[in-house]
Amino acid sequence: MFLFHLKRTAKLGIKSLWMHRLRSTLTMLGIIFGVCSVIAMLAIGEGASQAAQEAIKQLGSTNLIIETAKPPEKQTDTGKVETVHKYGLTYVDAESIHNTIPNIQVIVPVREIDRQEVRYLNHPKVAIRIIGTVPWYTETSPVRLIRGRFLSSTDLHHQQKVCVVDEEVARKLFIFDDPMDKDIRTQGNYYRVVGVVGAPASAYGQSGFGKDMAAPTKPSGGVVGNIYVPLTTAKCRFSELSASFSSGSRSIERVELQKIIVKVDSDEQVLPMRDILDASLARLHDKSDYHIVVPLELLRQAARTRRIFSIVLGSIAAISLLVGGIGIMNIMLATVSERTREIGIRRALGARKRDIIVQFLSETLLLTLTGGILGIILGSLIPFLVTYFGRMPTVITAGSLVLAFGISALVGVAFGLYPAYRAANMDPIESLRHE
Amino acid sequence: MAVVDTRKLCKTYKIGSVQLPALCDVNLKIEQGQYIAIMGPSGSGKSTLLNLLGCLDRPTSGQYWLGERDVSQLDDDELSLIRGKHIGFIFQSYNLIGQLNVIENIELPMFYQGFSEEASAEHARELAILVGLGDRIKHRPSELSGGQQQRVAIARALANDPLIILADEPTGNLDSESGTEILNILDRLHQQGKTLIAVTHDDSIAARAERTIHLFDGRIKQ
Repeated sequence: MFLFHLKRTAKLGIKSLWMHRLRSTLTMLGIIFGVCSVIAMLAIGEGASQAAQEAIKQLGSTNLIIETAKPPEKQTDTGKVETVHKYGLTYVDAESIHNTIPNIQVIVPVREIDRQEVRYLNHPKVAIRIIGTVPWYTETSPVRLIRGRFLSSTDLHHQQKVCVVDEEVARKLFIFDDPMDKDIRTQGNYYRVVGVVGAPASAYGQSGFGKDMAAPTKPSGGVVGNIYVPLTTAKCRFSELSASFSSGSRSIERVELQKIIVKVDSDEQVLPMRDILDASLARLHDKSDYHIVVPLELLRQAARTRRIFSIVLGSIAAISLLVGGIGIMNIMLATVSERTREIGIRRALGARKRDIIVQFLSETLLLTLTGGILGIILGSLIPFLVTYFGRMPTVITAGSLVLAFGISALVGVAFGLYPAYRAANMDPIESLRHE
Repeated sequence: MAVVDTRKLCKTYKIGSVQLPALCDVNLKIEQGQYIAIMGPSGSGKSTLLNLLGCLDRPTSGQYWLGERDVSQLDDDELSLIRGKHIGFIFQSYNLIGQLNVIENIELPMFYQGFSEEASAEHARELAILVGLGDRIKHRPSELSGGQQQRVAIARALANDPLIILADEPTGNLDSESGTEILNILDRLHQQGKTLIAVTHDDSIAARAERTIHLFDGRIKQ
């Protein structure tokens, strides 16, 4: 019996809304827009946040990455036209850290030589970056071994001319040949391929987001990929000098190490370690030619940013829903006024005040829930369009859909209650006389 | 048994600080199955009496015994229930709900009393046939003539088998032919034992009623 009541009330509500299609649609727009924006913005925000977290995670939350930085002009020798500027991290730094600072799991010194060419037989040459490092590099950076092996301690000890190549490089260089145990040539020397590594499993690797927070040795700007050689080999085979042109004069720079990656045991030790490293290096350097990147901090920063982002988005959405709700209340008040006579008739026929409230509240709820559903559908489409055209990752969470639906129901009840109350409290006799 | 028994019924309207007495000392007794006409010039309190008898309003003083209950001091919810169960209204301007069809209009009083879907539909159909509209049950009021609409109103008034049927100028908006049709139906209802109270200017109704009450200045003219 109650179900009949509900069904009949719902049917009446739908009929009533359908009869005023244009008015109903316009009224719903507020809710539709509000819900749509909640879902779309949350999806974009979630996608961006996840992309950021992925990128940062690849740097390793227990890693601290000390990077060589070119010191500002003032701190170098001035007035000389051609000088060798030496700056940045050195082998001495790495030794010092290794010997004097406790609680470090691994230290990985890294030498990067950018924009090199590598050849294989008579195949077209491929632009690569050479990374000279140690075998335990794999403990700090997520490299995925596809073929063979990574560099070994023996390689390091004997300064072997071996290398490990990125799979992209292998693909472009060897084409259909098997890269294993082949010799490739760069800067006049041959290196034997002992392994192939792939990009770490990440969907966000190539997105624009990755650029600022690149994984320690992510290639950029024109090179196809990396090849890894033992650090000792790099030291003796590749010059540490590089030329650069600035403000008309040519200067030559000398850098020993581009990076030193330090890994600690747990997240709690990260920040204290940063201070220790800073103090320790300050003693060894008289210029500020390095800076320390702390992925953990970046992660926390990203989380904070995401929280603020959500609050701002949430506020915008809340305001639009509020405005939508007020619009609905306005329309319902007008509807109630229009149907004064009808309300009087129903009351005369035995409707109690609560029956009238239920009738008009259901109509309002129907409006907001329909608007909510349309908003959800639209809101779910937009992230797909954004991902397709804007190449930004988006994630639609079930939680946001439930939230959006719940909010539209709440708005319906909140803004429908007053008009329904007004309707119920009209004097039947006056209402019957109306119009 | 008296179906309607008013004792010293009084209604005074308060407009701002002014008191407007509309009805005074009305003692009316109507037995079951009687056909009563209430007549009087405008301003005589006809509408007020109609509203009180129809439980749409409460008296300022006095008692109104409807059936076995004094309904004069009931609250809004209880009055609504009484109206729905025991009173059938027929208005001058029919007062059907435009968005509902004939059957749905007739069902409405049953809907508010909580009857099941099937029972309501069945009963409504019978009533539609009773008033001669069996072939138009899916029509909307806008597709019916005045006389047909009033017939729907009559069927609706009968829906919950009320104690009294209150008609307010039932033929006021109808031409003489349709009006006569309606009055014939009311006669039939009377023959079937229904209690009818008609408030009207029309002498022809008074002629068909078994008793006429004359109101003048808020009192029953003796």
